[in-house]
Amino acid sequence: MDPARFVNVGPTEWRVEPFGAMRVPAVVYADRPLLEAMDDKVFEQVTNVAMLPGIVEASFAMPDAHWGYGFPIGGVAAFDAEEGGVVSAGGVGFDISCGVRLLTTGMKIAGIEPIKDHLGDVLYRSIPAGVGSTSHIRLSDAEMDAMLAGGARWAVGQGYGLAADLERIEEHGCVEGAEPDAVSAHAKARQRDEMGTLGSGNHYLEVQEVAEIYDTDAAAALGLARGDAVISIHCGSRGLGHQIGAEYLREMAVTAPDHGIVLPDLELACAPLASPLGRRYLGAMRAASNCALANREILTHFVRQTFATVLPEARIGLVFDVSHNICKEETHAVAGRRRRLFVHRKGATRAFGPGHPDLPAALKAVGQPVFIGGSMGTGSHVMVGAAGGHAFASACHGAGRSMSRHQALKHWHGRKLIDDLAGRGIVIRSPSPRGVAEEAPGAYKDVHAVVDVADRAGLARKVARLAPRVCVKG
Amino acid sequence: MADGEQSPSGRTSASGAWCHFHHGADIGVRGTGPTREAAFEQAALALSAIVTDLDRIAERSAVEVACEAPNDALLLVDWLNALIYRMAVDHMLFRRFEVRIEGRRLVGRAWGEAVDRERHEPAVEPKGATFTALAVDRGPDGSWRAQCIVDV
Repeated sequence: MDPARFVNVGPTEWRVEPFGAMRVPAVVYADRPLLEAMDDKVFEQVTNVAMLPGIVEASFAMPDAHWGYGFPIGGVAAFDAEEGGVVSAGGVGFDISCGVRLLTTGMKIAGIEPIKDHLGDVLYRSIPAGVGSTSHIRLSDAEMDAMLAGGARWAVGQGYGLAADLERIEEHGCVEGAEPDAVSAHAKARQRDEMGTLGSGNHYLEVQEVAEIYDTDAAAALGLARGDAVISIHCGSRGLGHQIGAEYLREMAVTAPDHGIVLPDLELACAPLASPLGRRYLGAMRAASNCALANREILTHFVRQTFATVLPEARIGLVFDVSHNICKEETHAVAGRRRRLFVHRKGATRAFGPGHPDLPAALKAVGQPVFIGGSMGTGSHVMVGAAGGHAFASACHGAGRSMSRHQALKHWHGRKLIDDLAGRGIVIRSPSPRGVAEEAPGAYKDVHAVVDVADRAGLARKVARLAPRVCVKG
Repeated sequence: MADGEQSPSGRTSASGAWCHFHHGADIGVRGTGPTREAAFEQAALALSAIVTDLDRIAERSAVEVACEAPNDALLLVDWLNALIYRMAVDHMLFRRFEVRIEGRRLVGRAWGEAVDRERHEPAVEPKGATFTALAVDRGPDGSWRAQCIVDV
């Protein structure tokens, strides 16, 4: 994007004052190189979001922002129901409550290196990944509804996970207000075979090394030390969330004129929070969020089972579980007034700062963990929420693609890429070499630059860098 | 946007053509043909080709889908989402399509087979057809174009 289209508020903040139908300013957090590298569509989308009814303060874009659907990926916007605010199915996206959880193993990476290839093989066999994969779990209609209402809490009750995990999950593992009845039969049918599956695309399960510590105290509070072996799981609400997203997006697009809403982009399909459709979508979206939380908890259970057979000395603990495609009802101070807002984060992570009342006791002093997924070659980052609470206490979620999937296919060949990464000590297991090529590390932006800017902008603080060692891709 | 930037994949036949086009994170599918129905069929081929090479898919069984929408653009989204649903629920991949449109109602058939992970090496699953870069229109030569971005 052309920086001249913005007012440069500081080294990492760029602002567009309202023009046309914009109700609030647009704010992009980036340094000049990241801003210049962003697609022009980000400007269009972040300013379009600023036109939606009931938006509060500003339409924000995180340092990893890129061209999305209606909202930019990396977009954050909050709406006030009492001021005609809306909930947008487009603003949440298809993969509702897609997110990342980080697990500790109680082991150093040196203890895993000698059996890395074998570990990759057994994880690949035990973690259903990729198109057409299923687990052994099949839910009856009643079990499906119980899962949608209970989330990870339901999963733990079924024996998939540990009770101690729950306080390390946003909303303690269960999003209140879920309405299984607002989820269609089609959405439930799509989920019937998909509990405990990883999915495909940019979803992954990685065994990683804590390669660098930036903040020793914060890392210690999260149970991380240099050389530790940890595990990241990135996936979402699977077919159920995709179906809910598609159905409500259509319904909101068709009925927007009935609600007096002019959509600058059909993909911003939304409904007033106070409308029956808005309330029904919130109930379905929260149910999908619980599906994602249950799914990641079940995958964690599979990881524990796998490690018990291969590395029985491992003790798998949960650092935290965060979602980055979601609308959450939260309280924020705006111009000195505390307001109940519905905060949309599309490819953005909640990042409560230290002392926030919703944080578990063990993390209250340090802030909410934020996980920034990179590529399978460049690694990931751990951050924690900063005290400033910018952008409704939000931070980035990943590196963002620099190249489309088809551009990637022109540059890389899957099997050669797998061999090249093996040469760098990174074990890849995937059913699809083409899928690996589409996810080539070079197709992603520099995740380190993204987290540096997030840190400098005060969105979140850098804690640790994670280097991939074993990666299961869908 | 590189709306017109086509990927190297794509195919032309007597009944029309399909291709993929660029989106920052995902994939655009485009079908063209002499009729609206042909363009919809070609867009569906482009959808299948997101997952695997069409030549790897055999025609072993068929499914039928029907949808109805107030305009052509929404009808395309509904058609592709109906196929995505059947791909997900039936664990199917499709390689041939037949579309009939009467008024605002579409009835389609899709021929394919169950996913074989060894043989198909499926790359990525489509999550849903979006309204982004959505268009169903006719060119100056009278040919039809049907396209949108698919979230994967």
